[in-house]
Amino acid sequence: MAVAGPAGDHAFDLDHAWDLSRTVVLRPERFGALAYDFRSRRLSMLKDPRLVEVVRRLAECASAREACLAAGVDDGRLPSFARALAALERSGMIHERAPS
Amino acid sequence: MTAIAAPAHPAPGRTLIGYLEAGLDAPICLTWELTYACNLACTHCLSSSGRRDPHELKTSECEAVIDELQRHKVFYVNIGGGEATVRPDFWHLLDYATSHDVGVKFSTNGSRITAAIAARLAASNYVDVQISLDGADAVVNDAIRGPGSYDTALAAMRYLSDAGFRGFKVSVVATRHNIDQLDEFKAIADRFDAQLRITRLRPSGRAVDVWDQLHPTSAQQRQLYAWLLARGEEVLTGDSFFHLAGFGAGLPGLNLCGAGRVVCLIDPVGDVYACPFAIHERFRAGNLRHDGGFIHVWRESELFRQLRSPRSGGACATCFQFDACRGGCPAAKFFTGLPLDGPDPECVRGLGEQALVAREPGGRPRPSQDHSHGRSATPDSPGDARRPCDAHPLSGAPSAASAGQR
Repeated sequence: MAVAGPAGDHAFDLDHAWDLSRTVVLRPERFGALAYDFRSRRLSMLKDPRLVEVVRRLAECASAREACLAAGVDDGRLPSFARALAALERSGMIHERAPS
Repeated sequence: MTAIAAPAHPAPGRTLIGYLEAGLDAPICLTWELTYACNLACTHCLSSSGRRDPHELKTSECEAVIDELQRHKVFYVNIGGGEATVRPDFWHLLDYATSHDVGVKFSTNGSRITAAIAARLAASNYVDVQISLDGADAVVNDAIRGPGSYDTALAAMRYLSDAGFRGFKVSVVATRHNIDQLDEFKAIADRFDAQLRITRLRPSGRAVDVWDQLHPTSAQQRQLYAWLLARGEEVLTGDSFFHLAGFGAGLPGLNLCGAGRVVCLIDPVGDVYACPFAIHERFRAGNLRHDGGFIHVWRESELFRQLRSPRSGGACATCFQFDACRGGCPAAKFFTGLPLDGPDPECVRGLGEQALVAREPGGRPRPSQDHSHGRSATPDSPGDARRPCDAHPLSGAPSAASAGQR
């Protein structure tokens, strides 16, 4: 289990357009959501309802930053959301897409 | 379980583990034993399989279960048995599940995996395969799984590999006789571009009778822990070694007992149990045929309510290791005759061993059902109405290979 933390972080491009991978299904839970990738058979747990909201909005927003703002993430917390999104990128849950 | 993604400052309140321990509205995944029929007779079979039960769920009933799982977004099922592939409708149910957004991981002894089947399996994203193997050579493996079962498993791996199926699982139950073969198991998995999965031997099913002789010694537990810790996420464990967390750092995974909280078992006749290693009346939540369907049982069962309520820790509550091992595996305690609120029989501090020595003689519960070849009735309930069907063509079939423990 890869736990999102400072050690494994790399720069996440908040200004790029992102999307949930096509083979990933989200299941809402009281703590946030479960995410399962049918291709890699990896299960992830999104531990924060606001992070779930960000992930849901990725497809409709021009950038991850816009999705964060639309979900009500304030500037001070952007870095921590970027780290969480980076963890999802590493596990293949989200991927970059062409800007719409 | 894999990635947990969380912002650095998560919302206050319950922890993720707290939510999981309190139980989800639907399981994350579940084990579904489709049949008690098996062409093997592994000595440690967790479900005492052998002969088909005449009351096994019909095809239409299985489809209805899958429909329910789809509605509640249960991502995947671990299908086993028995040897699930001997069910004539197995391949149909596999297709039915995957076309209804329910992924399938099935355990098999490999005896029904042909080149054609392997090609078909390799073509689906939604299907994963676990080949059971309990020794890295025929001598160690076949002593548990029966003559020829090693060759059968290896042949299936070759078929899958040749068909381009990457990352299927080689599933090993850790025993006293194969702990020294861990590197060889890894080499076998690597050779076929597969992933090694090592799980704990539980004293369930027929393993009730062999656990004392087969379970790893305390020195071997430490050896196993160190080996797994060094491999990290490279080797899967099904979260089954959380009782070893007391040795040091936790192994990858959630390190909690998910029974009745995030996982469960559906048996071939529709009985719902807390976990695959707890096929006993004590851990039976209900029956999906008679108690309003699967989700109703999952949500309303009194047993599951109890399993989701905070556990005191009992005799373990004051132990400094309790936060690490959480008291271990309830099924392992139950079937070794230990109290559920005391130490795991394989407690890293040796408290389980002491408890085993001190336990009352003859106090070990027997599994509630037994479909073994050559046994006439369940030990607890001779003449039970659900007695296995002696007339089934698979009854007494020559050995080839069973799913064993998962």
